[in-house]
Amino acid sequence: MNMSFKRFVIKRAVTMFGVLMATLLITIALVGSNMDAILKQSVALEIRQQVTDNKHLVASFKNPQELDAFVENQIKQRTDALGLDKPWYYPPRLGLSMYKILTLDFGHAKFLTSDTGSSDVKDIILEKMPRTILLFTTATLIISLIGIFLGALSGSKINSKLDKITSAFAIISSSFPVWWIGMLMIFVFAFVYQIFPARATPLIPVTDPGYIGSLLYHMALPLITLVLIGFGSWAYLVRNFIVGIMQEDFVTAKRAAGISEKKIIYTHALKNAAPPIITVLALSLSGSLGGAIITEAVFDWPGMGRLYYEAINVLDLPVIIGETYVLTAFFLVSIFLADVLYGYFDPRVRKG
Amino acid sequence: MSFSSKEVWHEFSKNKIGLAGIGILVILFAMSAVAVLTIPIESFKEWNDPSSWLTFPKSALPAWVNYFLSEKMPEHMILQNPQIASQNVGDIFLTSNIFVVDYSYDKFPSDFIYEYTAKYTGSPLLQIWVTRPDGKEFQLISTSLPQSKIETSYHGFIFSTDDSMMKNIRKNKDSFMFPIDSLLAQDIVFSKTGQNNVLNGHYFFKVNLYNVNSKSNLETSKFILGGKVYGLMGTDELRRNLTVGLLWGTPLALFIGITVAIGSVVIGLVYGVFAGYKGKKTDESLMRFNDIIYAMPALPLLIILAVTIGNSIFLIVGFLVLFGWVGIAKVSRSMALQIKTFQYVEASKIMGQKDYKIIFKHIIPQLLPYAFASIAISVPAAITTEAGLSFLGLGDPTFPTWGQILHDANTYGAAARGLWWWILPPGIMIAVTGLAFVFIGHAMDVIVNPRLKR
Repeated sequence: MNMSFKRFVIKRAVTMFGVLMATLLITIALVGSNMDAILKQSVALEIRQQVTDNKHLVASFKNPQELDAFVENQIKQRTDALGLDKPWYYPPRLGLSMYKILTLDFGHAKFLTSDTGSSDVKDIILEKMPRTILLFTTATLIISLIGIFLGALSGSKINSKLDKITSAFAIISSSFPVWWIGMLMIFVFAFVYQIFPARATPLIPVTDPGYIGSLLYHMALPLITLVLIGFGSWAYLVRNFIVGIMQEDFVTAKRAAGISEKKIIYTHALKNAAPPIITVLALSLSGSLGGAIITEAVFDWPGMGRLYYEAINVLDLPVIIGETYVLTAFFLVSIFLADVLYGYFDPRVRKG
Repeated sequence: MSFSSKEVWHEFSKNKIGLAGIGILVILFAMSAVAVLTIPIESFKEWNDPSSWLTFPKSALPAWVNYFLSEKMPEHMILQNPQIASQNVGDIFLTSNIFVVDYSYDKFPSDFIYEYTAKYTGSPLLQIWVTRPDGKEFQLISTSLPQSKIETSYHGFIFSTDDSMMKNIRKNKDSFMFPIDSLLAQDIVFSKTGQNNVLNGHYFFKVNLYNVNSKSNLETSKFILGGKVYGLMGTDELRRNLTVGLLWGTPLALFIGITVAIGSVVIGLVYGVFAGYKGKKTDESLMRFNDIIYAMPALPLLIILAVTIGNSIFLIVGFLVLFGWVGIAKVSRSMALQIKTFQYVEASKIMGQKDYKIIFKHIIPQLLPYAFASIAISVPAAITTEAGLSFLGLGDPTFPTWGQILHDANTYGAAARGLWWWILPPGIMIAVTGLAFVFIGHAMDVIVNPRLKR
């Protein structure tokens, strides 16, 4: 590790942190006033309830106006204590909300709960996270394996039938929205041939010992869909890397030295294509996480994406903010990894 | 690096894939023209208004499936020229409408609806009877219309799912040799008595309107026999004609895709060229900002924007541009870095040309071929992203897009229930539209980047 690489990593890390803060700020700016209105409403409701439940207190007032004034006063005290008298962009408040989110204190959800019944947003997200990671990392791994193999194969036989089919498949498969293919898969494998369940949420409780097995069975359909739609463009990408490398001088030299074409591709060419491939791997993982919202909604997969979808439907703002933060963090970490890996393998980038 | 339009077209016309893209695009524009010319703009509002689709069949397959089936599905029938008769016995006045239908299909209809406008005073009694080909006569309904002291026009519907109709029909259970309690009205009325198969022949639906003291009229009187097939593309669960929805979707998708692409490319181009041309601190800070937008997760932010700010189609176009220009700015910048070292650019700089003149007169024209290719390549992403937002239910509800049709299909579980005609066409339209632009963009890319040529 030399100095310039270190500086490059630090610079990227600072940028990524800046992006995280900017995204957070935009999210708060967009939902902040809404959130305040909802909070104020629930405070008012809560206090009215408390006062009317307290018979002695109600009886001690001479007329309804006095009661109202008392309630108003109580509400004002409570909202002031919560800091709601100041708008969301009041710097100390903004700082406090940012700090809370940074330390993963997202507060309590308004409507949604975790499977175990907790309404703490952190609990809900932590419960869903492993499932999303399970589905999407498995899919990305399978996609990259098939993609690298197929890409190397068609890259070694440019303009062959296989090469043409791979390229055509790549272009066509990336034109269809994943979620639409998902609907087709549900139609074919849950309706026409009833092999897989249409809804990907296991029906048995989390505590049941068969839960993991059931989860994996329910995962099959979304997994197949993600792989089917994803490996084409991967193969195309790897193919283009290989084609580029095969034109380089060192390959010609190896050929002249009598090393077999197969060996050149699978050892030397792939080794040289590894850096960009690893970079794209990290990037595509982040990309698929963004797409998780729609994919999980189609398959009803009980992960972070579906949680986001549900949170939007009922406008559960604490969940939306928490999820946006976690998704952004994931996204940025993978972009950061991709950047650093790329910089590590290709020293020219560090200057840029 | 310079291209004349003639040269470009010459190169382009040699590219089969590019021509195919143009071909598809011409068809899509023709479809848009048909949509705009034949379907009035105001009817956009009707798409999400269930009452405007009442006279259509529910979840009907496309009509052409009958060519592939040995058992014919019923077409949708709207009978509106009944035999009208009226008579009076003492104080009682009777108006009757008789609808005749020769039912020759192999499947039961999906339902039946009687739509009417009655003009009356008092409170007339409306009865519907059916006489079947085997001579059996069932009473379907007997209901009185709302009391009115002055002469009024009353518009109403009687559905085959009506509870009292079901009760009336089940009174005939002795006529059938199989249990009918769990069957729907249309599956009993049109059934043979021996087994639950369609009884073909002439059915007479008789509507009688009785009134005391004054004569009443049926001003409109329609008997709708719900088909199981309808039109070119069928209908959905909400009885909407999917042909109309798919046609409307075409100009909308083209509008969204092309507007977003042009907006993103223009902004990205100017931004990138400006940063590259200025260089130094300006470049550094502009590119840092670019990096920040580039690294933001687009979909979650798009969703939050749509939820909090609004989801009108123009806003969504704006949001998509907001995230669309970044990549183009990066490429334009690096191209501008190259072009600004060209001698004629440096010369005009020395001669004291203003910056914006150099940018717009000398640098950007050089990048136009790249810009056009980027426009073509950016369209599919814009269309699929908008479709994705609509699919999540965040689209503009006043403009039915393909994504919204799929959203509704998903909401009603169309995939798991096998309603393929509700799922396949919108997705294929999205993909075909995207592919047309990918093909064109690919062909232009080959011209713009000669390195890609073989």
